[in-house]
Amino acid sequence: MPGVFVTCVRTDKFRTGILSLHLLTALDRQTAAQNAALPGVLRRGTVSAPDLAALAARLDGMYGAHIEPSVRKLGEIQAVGFTADFVDVPGRDLLGPMAELMGELLLAPNTRGGLLLPGYVEGEKRKLVDLIRARMNDRAEYAQARLVELMCPGEAYGVDALGDEASAEAIGYVALTRHYKALLAASPIEIFYCGSADPARVCAAMTDALVPLPRGEIDFGIGTDIRLNTVDETPRTFTEEMDVSQGKLVIGYRMGQAMEDPDMAALWVTDALFGGGWPCKLSANVRERLSLCYYVYSELDRMKGIMTVASGIDPADYEKTLAEIGRQLQAVKDGDITDGEMTVARAAVSSHMLSLTDDPAALEKFWLEQNLLGLDYGPEELAALAEDVSREDVVRAAADIQCDAVYFLYGGEEEDAED
Amino acid sequence: MRRIEHPELGIELWQGTLPNGLPIYVVPKPGWRKCRAAFVTDYGGADRRFALDGETYDTPAGVAHYLEHKMFDMPGGSVDDVFAARGANANAYTSEAVTSYHFTCADKFEENLRTLLEFVSTPYFTPETVEKERGIIGQEIAEFEDDPGAAAYMGCMRLLFGAGPLGDMVVGTAASIADITVETLRACHKAFYAPANMALCVAGDVDPEAVERAAAEVLPAERASRPVRDYGPEPGLEPLEKRCSRTMDVSAPLFCAGAKLGPAATGPDGLRQRLTAELAMRCLWGRSAPAYLELYEKSLLNDSFRFESSYAGGEEYIYLEGESADPEAALAALLAAARRDIDPAFFDRQKKALYGGFIRLLDDFWELTESLADGCFNDFDLFDAPAVLESLTCADIAAWAARLTPERVALSIIRPKEERS
Repeated sequence: MPGVFVTCVRTDKFRTGILSLHLLTALDRQTAAQNAALPGVLRRGTVSAPDLAALAARLDGMYGAHIEPSVRKLGEIQAVGFTADFVDVPGRDLLGPMAELMGELLLAPNTRGGLLLPGYVEGEKRKLVDLIRARMNDRAEYAQARLVELMCPGEAYGVDALGDEASAEAIGYVALTRHYKALLAASPIEIFYCGSADPARVCAAMTDALVPLPRGEIDFGIGTDIRLNTVDETPRTFTEEMDVSQGKLVIGYRMGQAMEDPDMAALWVTDALFGGGWPCKLSANVRERLSLCYYVYSELDRMKGIMTVASGIDPADYEKTLAEIGRQLQAVKDGDITDGEMTVARAAVSSHMLSLTDDPAALEKFWLEQNLLGLDYGPEELAALAEDVSREDVVRAAADIQCDAVYFLYGGEEEDAED
Repeated sequence: MRRIEHPELGIELWQGTLPNGLPIYVVPKPGWRKCRAAFVTDYGGADRRFALDGETYDTPAGVAHYLEHKMFDMPGGSVDDVFAARGANANAYTSEAVTSYHFTCADKFEENLRTLLEFVSTPYFTPETVEKERGIIGQEIAEFEDDPGAAAYMGCMRLLFGAGPLGDMVVGTAASIADITVETLRACHKAFYAPANMALCVAGDVDPEAVERAAAEVLPAERASRPVRDYGPEPGLEPLEKRCSRTMDVSAPLFCAGAKLGPAATGPDGLRQRLTAELAMRCLWGRSAPAYLELYEKSLLNDSFRFESSYAGGEEYIYLEGESADPEAALAALLAAARRDIDPAFFDRQKKALYGGFIRLLDDFWELTESLADGCFNDFDLFDAPAVLESLTCADIAAWAARLTPERVALSIIRPKEERS
């Protein structure tokens, strides 16, 4: 089938099978909310299981299998579809029925006159608007999302995986049906399976399930624009107020030249050494030495070349924390790294990679990213590569990291009220 | 170590008890890269008052959690570095009922196991390190206090139990942790970290005999006495108050409803109590339950809705939490479901789904090891679950649900600021 890619991990180790299907499309402010609403709408009912109760009964009958809407942002690609997990033990082969159900959800939704049901679209639109609004309820996640939005206003990356509230509010069932059909025809599709079945069986089951898939001109041009330099010469600073006692600090960095021809293993190890591992430069200094916070960590988006650092602090410690984080980054750039720190960072990455091989859901996420990056090596190979990363490799990866934006969410004057 | 086979589950369990009283559980998983060991003490946020060797102690809220933070200090520095150098991921958590220290690793399992046993059994505290931690835990408390979900939950626990072992936050407050000293931590460690009050649970491609050997070599040989806990008078089934609400910066009202179900059982009844609650809640409010689907379709509940049964401080209690434009209406509909008849075919499907969930738990090392510890402290065999589940009937569920009368259910709401009147 043109533009449909399948990745299989065959193993008898697990009692859980995983199957996922994602449509890939360019992340875009105009369409992000529509794309994000679609899997939820499709998951409301199909021709043969027309509502949630009928779908639930079918899944309960399969030993409580799950199949859930999935919406992800991978660099500047939006991936929407479904992920399923189900019991996978001898004598209870659920691959066939799960593949069939996934195909039905994607291609045979409950419609009237060829249009998605207005009630389903309205309900899922409400849910999407609520979800977008509810981002603020998780203070740390909200701060992270705001930093990205404010840091990348002119880049697709600044768009949230769920889109924005106004576009979500504008969703209607006629336009969404049209959008759905266009998306089906043009999107490359990534399928992932992990379980006891042979790849040939998986391909056959999914081919059967996707027979009605319309294929038009497939948009293979989607990808992520990597910006190497910062937007302004000095980091932009953004502050916002919310009724909180703990301040949430998030800093955004561009990885710079390291993204020209990225050495993925070196990037992983650099991030682990600086703030992504435990312990690391940030935890040892910002948390343990200076007692400034409970959490502080860095996260690297290796598709976009953006690294963020997040911490929850007493607002009075803002300057002190910012300065210490800057100092620790400079130490990495200067190669002020002990052998012990190198060993810990390498071990953190390699052990994380090896542990992935025991976790089907984590493998699913890993392989989808690898496929989008065009990388064909697995977690074991990446673990081995990480073991070979040297201090010089880390210094090279960190050399051109530039701070682009600082975001701080902190408490205003208002008191909350008991009533 | 005794080997107990469960061919119908495709799994075997090795079980033994050291002369010092430490129970050990190992589930070998041939072919897996990852190993997980959990060294768990039967000591949580609710265990505030206790007696040991004739002396009584009354400790402030947050001690169990403070102790958890400080256990990672060893005379040579933080034990984090030791695990990290081997690529192991070590961490801990404190709940109302237990404190669990655990690691996962893909390499050097036995060395990591020895380090785990060693640091958890070594109380090394200095006034400086205890003081230093106050800033870090202070920020952890601040984070909880800003978290609307946690605020809704704590509001509900207050309604059910009032201030005290279950009504106070496990992490404590800035005030309650202010006076914690080296002596407080030492006394609590002595009382609750004796091997006979703990359990060691392991899953992975490991040699069970080697696990036993390591524990016997690292841990103290003598069997210490176990503390006697005092949770105060039996709290009764009615909440102290039925409603509370406050405003915070949230997008929509968040709620947490809860009910006390009476004393927590131990022995085989403890397992039966847990499975009955799980199956009943699934039938009443699960993703397939008519009440949930109706509320979802009316947009009165969304995917954030969840429920749980808990066993701590000698009590069984449940809570239901989520986001709703009208929490009172949502709760009324959820409670009305408790008085509806359950369709037998639906009931059978829920049983089947719960059985599927148990099978999947066997691959989830976190859930598996923590559930084994729960079984150990409450004296039941986790692997009896399929048989107990099979024996449950619609009538059991109806009897469980009948206790949930509206006057027994408390509701805590966090409202958005615009709603303030």
